[in-house]
Amino acid sequence: MSLKKFRPCGDYRTSYSNDMSMFEDKGGFYLTLIGILFLLISPFLFDSYIISLLIYIGFYGIAALGLNILVGCTGQISVGHAVFFGFGAFASAWLSNKFLVPVWMAIPVAATMTAFVGLIFGIPAARVKGLYLAIATLAAQFIMEDFFSRAAWFTGGVDGASAEPMKIFNFYFDTDEKYFYVVLFWLIVSFIMVTNLMRTRDGRAFLAVRDHYLSAEMMGINLMKYRILSFGISSFFAGLGGALYGHYLNFVSIEEFNIQLSIFFLAMIIIGGLGSIRGSLMGAAFMVLLPELMDFLTRSLSDTSIDQILSLSSAIPFIKEASIGLVIILFLIFEPNGLAYRWGQIRAWFKLYPFSY
Amino acid sequence: MELDFLIQLLVNGFIIGLLYGVVAMAFVLIYKSSLVVNFAQGEFLLVGAWACWWLLAKFSLPFYLAFLFTLVFMTIFGILIQVIILRPLIGEPIISIIMVTIGLSIFFQAMMNWMFGVFVEPFPRIFNNESVNLLGLQVQTVYIMSGLISLFIMISFAIFFKKSRLGLAMRATAFDQQAAQSLGVSVKQVFSAAWGISAVVSAVAGIVFGIVNGISSGIAFMGIKVFPAVILGGLDSVLGAILGGLVIGLLEHLAHYLDVQYLNIGNMMRIAPFYALLIILMIKPYGFFGTKDIERV
Repeated sequence: MSLKKFRPCGDYRTSYSNDMSMFEDKGGFYLTLIGILFLLISPFLFDSYIISLLIYIGFYGIAALGLNILVGCTGQISVGHAVFFGFGAFASAWLSNKFLVPVWMAIPVAATMTAFVGLIFGIPAARVKGLYLAIATLAAQFIMEDFFSRAAWFTGGVDGASAEPMKIFNFYFDTDEKYFYVVLFWLIVSFIMVTNLMRTRDGRAFLAVRDHYLSAEMMGINLMKYRILSFGISSFFAGLGGALYGHYLNFVSIEEFNIQLSIFFLAMIIIGGLGSIRGSLMGAAFMVLLPELMDFLTRSLSDTSIDQILSLSSAIPFIKEASIGLVIILFLIFEPNGLAYRWGQIRAWFKLYPFSY
Repeated sequence: MELDFLIQLLVNGFIIGLLYGVVAMAFVLIYKSSLVVNFAQGEFLLVGAWACWWLLAKFSLPFYLAFLFTLVFMTIFGILIQVIILRPLIGEPIISIIMVTIGLSIFFQAMMNWMFGVFVEPFPRIFNNESVNLLGLQVQTVYIMSGLISLFIMISFAIFFKKSRLGLAMRATAFDQQAAQSLGVSVKQVFSAAWGISAVVSAVAGIVFGIVNGISSGIAFMGIKVFPAVILGGLDSVLGAILGGLVIGLLEHLAHYLDVQYLNIGNMMRIAPFYALLIILMIKPYGFFGTKDIERV
């Protein structure tokens, strides 16, 4: 798994502080700033449906970011990310219902709890890797799903758990427009956290473990520690995303965190770009908007002859699902580096215009 | 009563285990020859079963004709998937290959649900007798048939690999791709052949499973159940796959027995193989017959 270069040739970093900077150049910084400002005013610009889509992109993006640390940066494939997402949602609801922890505090605490569960399920990573690890996480997926349906004290069993809306000092974040800011806050915090992580020794150790684990071990990197730690950090963000999800829907049911959702997360990071931080968000946006696009296309074809032959309107759920599978295949064949790579190419083109090298 | 129940479960477990063994064998065949972990194995079963059902129900063909057409169709299907989708990905990292088969599995599952609906469809009846009396046990005829078909597939596999030229080429490729290629084996052909054979064998298992339980997207779960079996036996061992399938089949029925009789926690039949999988991975990650990866730096 080689990391493709996201920046044009020539290394412009001439000092250590340049090397440690969060943004590649000033343009990146301003683009990010403009993006955040735009998101800050977006609840006043768009209707609540678009805001709800943005919220979905937000918490899926956080969870995908976590998975990207595990799969993209450490090279450990996990097919069980959805259960950590679910665990975060249940843990947050459980904390606020049983122990009356205020919701704004329950969300990070639930994420930390999920991180510990992730550490436990990361233990097989100390022994097996690659394909075998993927199969172990597959087993973890089914075992945790079974745990959710069994542990009624924690998840409410088949009835599911209700999660209170968030409030700070009697101010309720109960509408989409208000909750949007909560998700945005955590999204920005997580992205800053992960960007910082990747600049530290630990982050570079992850990359070293991914690129060649034997060389990494010879350089003095404790393989077992970093493999398990990567599971923990990845689960932290999954739990954070899940907790935000639970308090957004105000209800968590045990059936949602199945293997399809795990695959959905994997699809996000494949499409966004493995090992790319901004790619996680791009992939999440793509995967949330793809079913909407399919919906729109199907609707626009309604009452035409194609619709009548294939009875498209009754098949919308299948079309959405099939499109996810198709998109994964097409991306892997035609654009294996993901959207983030393409984005880097576009930026480079503008930066180097009119000379393309 | 309890003993009868136990023996009944064990017989069922044995026969289901044989079926698992067959699917695991198809899985191992692909892994061994082309190093692709096929998460879409279950969908091969599903596609095969639906194709056969469609021929039977829509065209009212006799069973043997529908069966033959299905086999031909599945051969082409397997080869096409290898050529169109897997071939461009040769040499890509393992995550890409896993994800592409997962993508295939989502795609085909959705397409099958779209084309044939989400409800269980029973196969048209093939046998007149529901069940036969075997040594004092009532065994369903379809179970006996499925056991016989599984054994037949296994034996023909063994003969194919021992005697035929293509089988020899496949073994050579599995042993060392470069050496095989330099000796004139067409690795491309071997890959396609492996996928074709695997698809056919899976389709047979899918049809048998469909006759026993009716066809629904639940058949595709066999493709996931196969993982405990192949890990137990070792990912690249055909014999291990068969034994692993048998063990997993017996294990899940034993777990079901314990569950019903003593534990009463429910759902053990579905979950027990995955606990077994985790334990095996922790103790003996390469299974009982698999070759250990030795890495050269």
